[in-house]
Amino acid sequence: MSPFQLRPYDVRQESEMLQPLDFNRRLRLKPVAGVFKAEITNVIRLTEMEKLFHVRIIDDADRERFTFLPGQFVMVEVPGYGEAPISISSSTSNKGYLELCIRKAGTVTGALHRAQRGAKVGIRGPFGTNFPLQKMKGHSILLIAGGLGLAPLRAPIYYVTENRAEFEEVHILYGTKSPDQLLFDYQYESWRRIDDVNIQIIVEESNGSWNGPVGLITKLLDELKVDPNETYAIVCGPPVMFKFVCGRLSQMGIPMDRMFVSLERRMHCGMGKCCRCNVGDTYTCTDGPVFDYWSVINLKEAI
Amino acid sequence: MLFKILEKDAFRSLVEILLESNEIIAPKRIATNARGEPIHQFLPIRSFEEMDLDYRATEYSAKTYFLPYRENLCTFDFDEDDWQQEIVYRIQPRAIIGLHAHDLNALLKLDKVFIRGRFPSPYYVSRRQNTFLVGLDHVPLEDEFSRSMGAHIATHGFDLFLTDLGERYFVAIDSDRAFNLLQQVETREVTDDDKHAYLEVRRRIRDGFKTHISVHSLPNLLDLEFTSDVWKKWGAKCLSCGSCAMVCPTCYCYGVHEEVAMDFKKATRVKQLYSCNLLDFARVAGGHNFRPDQETRLKYRYYHQHHGFVEDYDEPKCVGCNRCGRVCLAGISPPAIIKELYEENVQ
Repeated sequence: MSPFQLRPYDVRQESEMLQPLDFNRRLRLKPVAGVFKAEITNVIRLTEMEKLFHVRIIDDADRERFTFLPGQFVMVEVPGYGEAPISISSSTSNKGYLELCIRKAGTVTGALHRAQRGAKVGIRGPFGTNFPLQKMKGHSILLIAGGLGLAPLRAPIYYVTENRAEFEEVHILYGTKSPDQLLFDYQYESWRRIDDVNIQIIVEESNGSWNGPVGLITKLLDELKVDPNETYAIVCGPPVMFKFVCGRLSQMGIPMDRMFVSLERRMHCGMGKCCRCNVGDTYTCTDGPVFDYWSVINLKEAI
Repeated sequence: MLFKILEKDAFRSLVEILLESNEIIAPKRIATNARGEPIHQFLPIRSFEEMDLDYRATEYSAKTYFLPYRENLCTFDFDEDDWQQEIVYRIQPRAIIGLHAHDLNALLKLDKVFIRGRFPSPYYVSRRQNTFLVGLDHVPLEDEFSRSMGAHIATHGFDLFLTDLGERYFVAIDSDRAFNLLQQVETREVTDDDKHAYLEVRRRIRDGFKTHISVHSLPNLLDLEFTSDVWKKWGAKCLSCGSCAMVCPTCYCYGVHEEVAMDFKKATRVKQLYSCNLLDFARVAGGHNFRPDQETRLKYRYYHQHHGFVEDYDEPKCVGCNRCGRVCLAGISPPAIIKELYEENVQ
């Protein structure tokens, strides 16, 4: 029998997760369908399927007011085509524009992929919960992504690297199927150069030019040594990855409420109304997309 | 709450006064079904005679006047490489007469989602505030189970609520606009006799329920029976047509798509009510479907009605009108499924 001591819970750490109390109860009615008009200022080709869009809100006052937290998403409107929920990939300190990493997968994203610099799109949001990075300060942090999961993970990576002193050890682990699917490959070197950031990339199937490690992302975890009582983890990727990675982290002794994942669901509103992202009592758009792993394993069918 | 007695003649004048300058929606007999029973729907009426307040049930609920099956959320006008967005809310007032208690309670449940939530919907609020509601007591049908769901009595959420006492109506008044309207016609105070007659009708309604289901432990039961064969059995019957959600007075899920005018000058963002039983309900970009089979989709419909909504709002979403049970082509009804889930638990 190992000793079991309950962890004290410091409510002050919740500050960024709690909404301010609304003593008037009744919230002001807002034009919920209204969008911020924005301009695509830059398009960066990442892979054959993914592009990174720099999107700048045109109205100066709106752009000033627009803030978000790492892990949140926006609804991107392409008038005439429709809307799609896209996670924000840029740094919270970047006030000028948003960076959205978008895979060509459907009508709206297909239209976006055809869009040129200067094209106008609509932005609604930001929506959803965020990774509680305030709470993670003073701890070691594992940032783990698979495939397109690097898109939502990039915001917390920016946050952690920009505030390096606030965290203990920082490990960034990223894996994809093949080397040509690696996203943001031009940035790994800049993250690696930051003092004391451990970044490791792995691919499932190597090609001739790849000389890094080959295998599943869990292989990187085998060699990792962290203090499970002082570590937080953020895991982004396809649903199947959560089971393996979070299961592995659980074995290492990291508590389930210290692992955070970002879920994907079909969404049509972003405001807990359309029910398309509903799982029982949980709306992925308002209660998520960021959940701790304990909530996720209690959400039937979530992963 | 104030109560008055309204003679039926006076009620007729009241409806006619309203009709002069307002749109009125009321139960209207529109056809006869294969069994020779009348089919009723909530539709606009032009005269008092078109309204049939003795209706047993309407095929569809009156939800469509608050959450239309199709609603334009906004339009985009294109101009070269720029566009303007225009949002329009429906602000024309109208009255709905003859809503049964469970339909009024259904609206109160929708209010929780669309008014009290973190993002109140101006589209819904506008329609709700602009609708004058007149409720009506009714003797329940055999298959209604709204008493089990606690939705057989309307205590608030209406302007007027009528209870038929033969020659006269016992009227509950729950808004100042309703009070002002009643000033237009002759009413009288409630006497002890009226009160006794009213309570007698209430008792008759309460005892009129033939279908009962137990709901208190249902959220827990649904969790326990998540992998039950009951879902396999009923899931195999389900045709995934979505009729249940269309007639349901509280189902509100929807999809949004955009339509472009032929000349490419204009686009409309359209909201269309959906159903969690339809195949692509949870299909995401890239083709993955979180609920590929009808068994799972049917289960999640019940999971939301009797589990998820309870956790969010402390009450089930279902009001027990059993419209879904009546309309289902495969003969799936909530009392049958819930009963089987309980039996599964006993064995």
